[in-house]
Amino acid sequence: MADTLVASTARGGSAARRDRLGPSPWHALAYVAPALAVYAAFVLYPLGRAVHLSLFDWDGLTLATFVGLGNYVEVVTDGDLRAAFGHTLVLIVFFALLPAAIGLVLAALLTRARVRGLPFFRTVVFLPQVVAMVVVGVAWRQLYAPDGSVNDFLELVGLGGVTRAWLGDPTFALPAVGVIGTWVQTGLVTVLLMAGISRIPDQLYEAARLDGAGPVREFFAITLPSVRAELAVALTLTVIAALKTFDLIYITTGGGPGNRTSVPSYEVYNRAFRLGEVGSAAAVGVTLTIIIFAINLAVARIGERR
Amino acid sequence: MISRAERTANYAILLLFATFALWPILAILATALGPDDAGGAGGLANFPAAWAQGRFAGSMLTSIAVSAFVVVVAGVLSIMAGYAFGTMRVPWAGVLFPVFLLGLMVPTEVIVVPLYFDLRTFGLTNTFWGIALPQVAQSIAFGTFWMRAYFRSRPPSLIEAGRLDGASSWRILWQILVPPGRPAIVTMVVLTFMWTWNEFLIPLVMATDASLRTAPLGLAFFQGQYTSGYTLLAAGAVIVAAPVVVVYLFLQRHFIRGMLEGAVRE
Repeated sequence: MADTLVASTARGGSAARRDRLGPSPWHALAYVAPALAVYAAFVLYPLGRAVHLSLFDWDGLTLATFVGLGNYVEVVTDGDLRAAFGHTLVLIVFFALLPAAIGLVLAALLTRARVRGLPFFRTVVFLPQVVAMVVVGVAWRQLYAPDGSVNDFLELVGLGGVTRAWLGDPTFALPAVGVIGTWVQTGLVTVLLMAGISRIPDQLYEAARLDGAGPVREFFAITLPSVRAELAVALTLTVIAALKTFDLIYITTGGGPGNRTSVPSYEVYNRAFRLGEVGSAAAVGVTLTIIIFAINLAVARIGERR
Repeated sequence: MISRAERTANYAILLLFATFALWPILAILATALGPDDAGGAGGLANFPAAWAQGRFAGSMLTSIAVSAFVVVVAGVLSIMAGYAFGTMRVPWAGVLFPVFLLGLMVPTEVIVVPLYFDLRTFGLTNTFWGIALPQVAQSIAFGTFWMRAYFRSRPPSLIEAGRLDGASSWRILWQILVPPGRPAIVTMVVLTFMWTWNEFLIPLVMATDASLRTAPLGLAFFQGQYTSGYTLLAAGAVIVAAPVVVVYLFLQRHFIRGMLEGAVRE
């Protein structure tokens, strides 16, 4: 690699003149080529192949049958798949909306109130972001167990009547997984919003105080409008995290009880590698990708309009 | 300006959320150090016991090998591509660079299905390459984006001076631009390391052999087999999480900066 690059700059004549202007376009392309080759082979090509596979009925072994958009029709009509996408909406509340609400309050408090111990707090609330999801799942399974500390805590505060095996409960399994998401994402959102709030000029707050605004009015009149961009980024990241919840479901519930906590990512895995419905799995994956692209595009648009 | 009551309330709310954030972590540490399920003394002795029973020697080694490969290869390729996009006129850059950015959004779920069946054709599933190369490709998307931003921030005079001295573009990159770029590169390296170490779906699909399991996958299987209590499972979980958490505690500013600035794409 190095040899060819050096050789191409030392060709004299027109190449020497080009050196003053910078490397030639082909020279520049040579630097991009290795990255592009790996990226194209292991991301772009599979992406195209996923679209292709999604048009077939295939069990992964025998001959595939072309079914057109049949697998996509199934995404909308199949009860299990609709349920999976529905569960994602619930998870979005826990992964994105709750952390945004909590993060706003925390970030506003932390940056405005100038409390001590801020670096420690930042380290602690961001920590769940760096712990492997598998470990998070193992830890929370233990907390949610019938004899786990969630139930211990409930008994301690006199709510012994509501204790249960949270992850095995048809009604509460999904919210229980959701709370894990809230735990993971709140730190990221808080730190992101803290960065935004620290950029708001102090004069704005002083003016508001002179006008007699209390902390609550201050929050809605100054803080919230000023961090709109950060909030949009935080919501994009957390909504996408909710859409891509695989490890956590695999470790904590396996989609159960029944299919009460099954999500699209889990359906992709289950269909492709357990049920032998590769085409359907690919269609779910492509649908998921389209939703993620759309969210990113929408947020980028909102960002531009400002 | 802030009343005593307000200040007390602030600290109370802070304390509440710090507790919420730390509780699961402290709980698993406490369990990992607790009495052995078999009735033994427990404590620190749980770690070697979990290490042996969960066969973590093998899976940690695989994780180290995969992470090292992905970090080095994706790092070098990203630095090269970012250098070109940031300082040179790359043909079709207007299309090529957005195509790289696309990779930041493509979920693993959609590519892992065709990857498995296509790599199976070439006999690459259940190999080191099947686990590592897709992750190199995913890391390149972020790395190229990240390094381009760094190279664009370099003063053009620096490159100009190198050229006048007759340095090749290759030497300008590694001897003039890369050394002062250490903070940006460290951020890229720690994030790539974290993503690769914690990745679950790709090794789950690609590694059918127990000998190729990465640490998170080893933990998942350990959970499946190990049913008598939680002590050793918790110890295993601590072992799997430890490398990234330790790096985070030392280089947390890189983690936070990378994840926040990486998120705010210009």
